[in-house]
Amino acid sequence: MSDVVLETKDLVKHFKGEIRAVDGVDLQLRRGETLGVVGESGCGKSTLAKLLVGLEKPTSGAVAVRGQDMTRLKGGELRRARRNIQMVLQDPYTSLNPRMTVGDIVGEPFEIHSEVVPKGKRQQAVQDLLDTVGLNPDHINRYPHQFSGGQRQRIGIARALALKPEIIVCDEPVSALDVSIQAQVINLLERLQDDFGLSYIFIAHDLSVVRHISDRVAVMYLGKIVEQGHDVAIYDQPTHPYTQALLSAVPVPDPRLRGHRKQIVLEGDVPSPANPPSGCRFRTRCWKAQHVCSEQEPLLQIRERSPHPSACHFAEINNPLRGR
Amino acid sequence: MTDIKAQLDVLPGLDPRAPLLQVNDLHVEFRTRDGVAKAVNGASFWLNPGETLAILGESGCGKSVTAQAIMGILETPPGHITRGEIRYRGVDLLKVREAERRRVRANRVAMIFQDALSALNPVYTVGFQLAELFRVHRGASRADAKSRAIELLDQVRIPAAKSRINDYPHQFSGGMRQRVMIAMALALDPEVLIADEPTTALDVTVQAQIMGLLAELQRQRNMGLILITHDMGVVADVADRISVMYAGRIVEEAPVYDIYARPAHPYTRALLESIPRLDLKGQQLTAIRGLPPALTAIPAGCAFHPRCGYAKEPCRQDPAPPAYAVAPRRTARCHFFREVLGE
Repeated sequence: MSDVVLETKDLVKHFKGEIRAVDGVDLQLRRGETLGVVGESGCGKSTLAKLLVGLEKPTSGAVAVRGQDMTRLKGGELRRARRNIQMVLQDPYTSLNPRMTVGDIVGEPFEIHSEVVPKGKRQQAVQDLLDTVGLNPDHINRYPHQFSGGQRQRIGIARALALKPEIIVCDEPVSALDVSIQAQVINLLERLQDDFGLSYIFIAHDLSVVRHISDRVAVMYLGKIVEQGHDVAIYDQPTHPYTQALLSAVPVPDPRLRGHRKQIVLEGDVPSPANPPSGCRFRTRCWKAQHVCSEQEPLLQIRERSPHPSACHFAEINNPLRGR
Repeated sequence: MTDIKAQLDVLPGLDPRAPLLQVNDLHVEFRTRDGVAKAVNGASFWLNPGETLAILGESGCGKSVTAQAIMGILETPPGHITRGEIRYRGVDLLKVREAERRRVRANRVAMIFQDALSALNPVYTVGFQLAELFRVHRGASRADAKSRAIELLDQVRIPAAKSRINDYPHQFSGGMRQRVMIAMALALDPEVLIADEPTTALDVTVQAQIMGLLAELQRQRNMGLILITHDMGVVADVADRISVMYAGRIVEEAPVYDIYARPAHPYTRALLESIPRLDLKGQQLTAIRGLPPALTAIPAGCAFHPRCGYAKEPCRQDPAPPAYAVAPRRTARCHFFREVLGE
């Protein structure tokens, strides 16, 4: 188990005491691995990301980086521990300060963690970082608006790499980018992972991107993980009805599949996290729901008909894409 | 109601056999302090009743500006239509009198937008905004307009329509708001519906609901649908034909099955290859190198040539490649389309 770099235990975040954004999440991330987290807006995936990097304090539960519980650390210890887990944000337009040069943005982590690189060597370090992410090191004095969306996301990645972390939490890193640029950034993230042995938490709503980059995938619904497993298990043998519906809803870029896919169209919207349904949270939109679903909350566990953990009393493999 | 239809039928030059909508050689430019941005550079396409045409392209390719030009909601200045025709049933909307143009656009062509929250007026109830259409355009009474508004919300399957017409836009979820906007677009029975990234802001499960609803309404009404999107999955699911746009030009135009099976333009091909696919897991994605050009400085010749693996000398020189006939009902603006097709 020594290769577990990040682990959460029963992680909970309630806002204003009632909005249960994250409601008991257990996950593990191993060295060099990518864990994809998918789910729709409001499922708590971005709050989860903020909890992992310490931008939000959990209501309860633990976030352990290399076995050290971040929620209990203070002062210098916390600061040092944080170096090891960094973040790439979704929007490359608002996540970079428009009044700072690229050099200042990428070098700012060195100001806060001044022991990492001595002052005299910082400019060189920043230029090396720019080079690493495929930007021209000579552009160190330019401002964010002088870069395109894809280049800005590279700047954000360079900033995340500055402190040589083991873990990077990527919150929708490519969803603001055009398809042709997405591919460039995904390729870059994969190359950096190989070069530096990084572990990624890759949060996204685009299921095909997550499948491409992830080793394991966790599916979130209303603050909880409902299904978790290797990418093949989740995508080819999903057992939770929500995962099945989600996969079936993704349009496949192949017109020959039109009319051959079994599309499960969910009724209604995601319920409010301030007042989630009793028992299984998905039951209000689920076609399999029985009485037991409202009474007893299904735990995320391996089941008779689910070889990987699934939080459904009636978990059963059903691949909506295998219609052809 | 019959009056309106009768008025439209006497529009001079109206030809019932002409395509429902036809855009020819449309040019739109924006005159800004930083120079002239050529947003649309000779876009041509047509649309028949009951048909779905997808206009596919990345941000800045001119797809939304084209839609705005058709709808007559282009902000002028800075935007100017400098050349081209927009024909509804043979009548060039850019040439007829303002009053007639407005009448056609109000009654025959409707549009829905990506962001329903900013497209709806936040200070009026949804019912008021829907009823307003009937009152202004159809001279309906208050009571009549209200009952029609409820009917419409029912048609787009908003639960409890009767009570929800008194709600304000912010009281609806994203998916429900998009339904309200669809209801509004359909109120006056348009023949053409332009949907500009209608589901981009929505979650996939909600997207599936909305696309299903649009397809059903389109079938019922035999509407022509122009779907503007960057999502090649959505296009594969619903389009009959596709026009791929790059730097303000339609670089490839083809029936949906042909284009996915055998793209004829290097840009289309590159787009399709850059989607993560199952069989490419663990491998590098094929990214398109570089960036789309600035619209103030579109490269000479084929605008895609600086990013293209097929580019040779003729591609770098004006004029831009013409729309070669690749197959019946299929064109591509690439000198080397045969190579791209793999012939």
